[in-house]
Amino acid sequence: MKGYRKYFLNKLVWLFVTAVFAFLLNFILPRLMPGDPVAAITARIAQGMSNSTGMKETYEQYQRSFGLDKPMLTQFALYIKNVFSGNFGTSFSQFPRPVSDILSSSIWWTICLQFPAIIIGWLIGNTLGALAAYLKKGFDKVIMPISIFVSNFPAFGMAVILMVIFGVKLRWFPTSGGYGFDLIPDFSWKFIWSVIVHYQLPFWSIVIIAIGGQAIGMRSMSIYELNADYVKYSRFMGIKDNKIVGYVFRNAMLPQITGLALSIGTMVGGALIAEIVFSYPGLGYTLLNAVMGQDYPLISAVTLIITLMVLIANFAIEMIYGLIDPRIKAAQSD
Amino acid sequence: MKNTLNQVFHSGKFVVGFCIFMALLAMVIFYPLFVPDDPLESIGKGTFFPPGTYVNIYDSINATTKYSINLDDATEKRIASKLTEENKKDMKTWLIMDGIPADQIDTSDISSLLKLWENEYSKSKTLGMTYAKQRYYQRLNASVQGLLSKEGLTVMQVDDSTGETNEIATIQQTDYVNVKQVANVRWFPLGTDNFGRDILTELVTAAGVSLQIGLVAGLIATFIGLTLGLISGYVGGWVDDVIMFITNLFTVIPSMVLLILISYSIGQDKRGAFTIATVIGLTSWVWTTRAVRSQVISLRNRDHVNLSKLSGHSTFNIIFSDILPYIMSYVIMALILQISSGILAEASLSILGLGPRTTDVPTLGLMMNWAMIYQAHVLGKWWAYLPVLVTIALITFSMNLMNTGLDQVFNPALRD
Repeated sequence: MKGYRKYFLNKLVWLFVTAVFAFLLNFILPRLMPGDPVAAITARIAQGMSNSTGMKETYEQYQRSFGLDKPMLTQFALYIKNVFSGNFGTSFSQFPRPVSDILSSSIWWTICLQFPAIIIGWLIGNTLGALAAYLKKGFDKVIMPISIFVSNFPAFGMAVILMVIFGVKLRWFPTSGGYGFDLIPDFSWKFIWSVIVHYQLPFWSIVIIAIGGQAIGMRSMSIYELNADYVKYSRFMGIKDNKIVGYVFRNAMLPQITGLALSIGTMVGGALIAEIVFSYPGLGYTLLNAVMGQDYPLISAVTLIITLMVLIANFAIEMIYGLIDPRIKAAQSD
Repeated sequence: MKNTLNQVFHSGKFVVGFCIFMALLAMVIFYPLFVPDDPLESIGKGTFFPPGTYVNIYDSINATTKYSINLDDATEKRIASKLTEENKKDMKTWLIMDGIPADQIDTSDISSLLKLWENEYSKSKTLGMTYAKQRYYQRLNASVQGLLSKEGLTVMQVDDSTGETNEIATIQQTDYVNVKQVANVRWFPLGTDNFGRDILTELVTAAGVSLQIGLVAGLIATFIGLTLGLISGYVGGWVDDVIMFITNLFTVIPSMVLLILISYSIGQDKRGAFTIATVIGLTSWVWTTRAVRSQVISLRNRDHVNLSKLSGHSTFNIIFSDILPYIMSYVIMALILQISSGILAEASLSILGLGPRTTDVPTLGLMMNWAMIYQAHVLGKWWAYLPVLVTIALITFSMNLMNTGLDQVFNPALRD
């Protein structure tokens, strides 16, 4: 267990370092850009304001609230303090709603949509990929081209196509929103049913894309493993095929888990776009509205939250990986 | 080299991908030579004209020769095109109320429906309907009768000086013009978009621009990735540690987030297509770095590299002549993938409204963005988004096929 603790601590430190870096990027990027962001913000807020002292005051108030008159380091400390107290400022486009309020209502939609979708897509994709490698011939010939095509399909494209077929043409599922627009969120059956129905299209559009990419990776991993010496040896020993496939699957699975950890950022990015297509009330849609409304505090907060979510997911996957890969424990206890 | 090329072109997957890609490229290059129109010019006054041939009505009335053709089903077709499904349903409702059995009324057979209607309908039959309903059927009957009339149309012109209207032409129902003799005919193979632009012209230009964005982004990403990977893999030590630290950081921080932040910070006015391409390139080099580094590490201690070292070649020289040639196939494969993911990244950014500014050039992502904003997918205007999606999918699909083909040539373990 000692080795595992070392691995865990190692990963925890890494999580911390990446998180600090994420904060830093989120803080520094907008400040690096030419032009005066506060002037742009005041110009937006003060639209139609003819009073120049009023404008000056607004300008100075923002200057103060962002701490722009202080040195960079103090600014960063202020920023970190604000983030940890959940204070992301006030949204411009949904004034006077605080950003943290908007985020807390949209983040759960995203978590409940994306993580189940990515995990299920990953599982189905890996199963199909392993089957394609094992069965070869017909199955492989069908699954592979479809997988390649699907995985290259942009996430929003899959969303649009599913929406047009099942939402607009067949009218099986609603085309937008997280629940019926005539409902108020509560725990009635009607509301829950509405949520389930609205969930289907965004969910499957993410799942299908994930299946394609994972199937390709798993297929090549499995082909590689199937040609490994231990498989040949097992065959000579007369071990049953089912058992060998079990070994192969387990060995091919490990790199796939690392693959999931590495690609989860990309997947979340794609899934955010799928949310936008369906106007699903999660972070992606919030981000779109923020961009449309030139709502800087909201954009900055959403990107930060997405990054943190990805970092934590990454950390969780690496924890699981450490638990199931015996080599990790062996390597760390040396 | 020749041998390698030969091998590559014997891979089925590569050839298929290559052909699709070349077809797209040929379209992008040659189409503008034949249709030199400005892709961003709003021709149509109105949104989403469906695909088809648009014949100028004014010119067809004034066409030099008119032909008289008698076709038996002409009248029927004309009426069918005017009567909406709703009209037919209403007629059926009325006929059923009049006492005609429902199975005798076939709304798909126009001529029998009209015959039945002509025989049965009369203004005096009220059938217990409200007055408004009666009036509605009177109007419907009037329009049906209008459709059934055999007279032609008379075209009048107002004389500006006298204010009189003069008859200038009569158009019979059997009059035809040859489309070739009409002065103005415009073909919109894919209709027009929400701004009234010709979608095909726009799409071809957009595909070209997107390919360029992908190429620039891919070249930048591959260049950075290759340089960092070579240095980190070959030099090792603390340099390797630093580079790998940065690479690992950017692996876990989603590049989409970086793209969004940077594009937003640049601001709408300064975001040209190539700025976006550069930004995409700057945020997507990590995979190449990782791959190149691991390849270089496995090459670093090969005999020929050691021999080179002993002969006193410079590090630069060794990297270029002893290591680079071995990983070139890998780098090309990475470049292909970078190009296709660059195109996708641009499309995703544009859908968020953070793509290149909209006034200079169309890109595939911007076209998609416009189609989504104007609700083309909900309104059923498939020509505004489907060709764009198909183009994106074809580009990325063909590139990945080429990549898989190359992979199978250079990586024998994957061969069937």
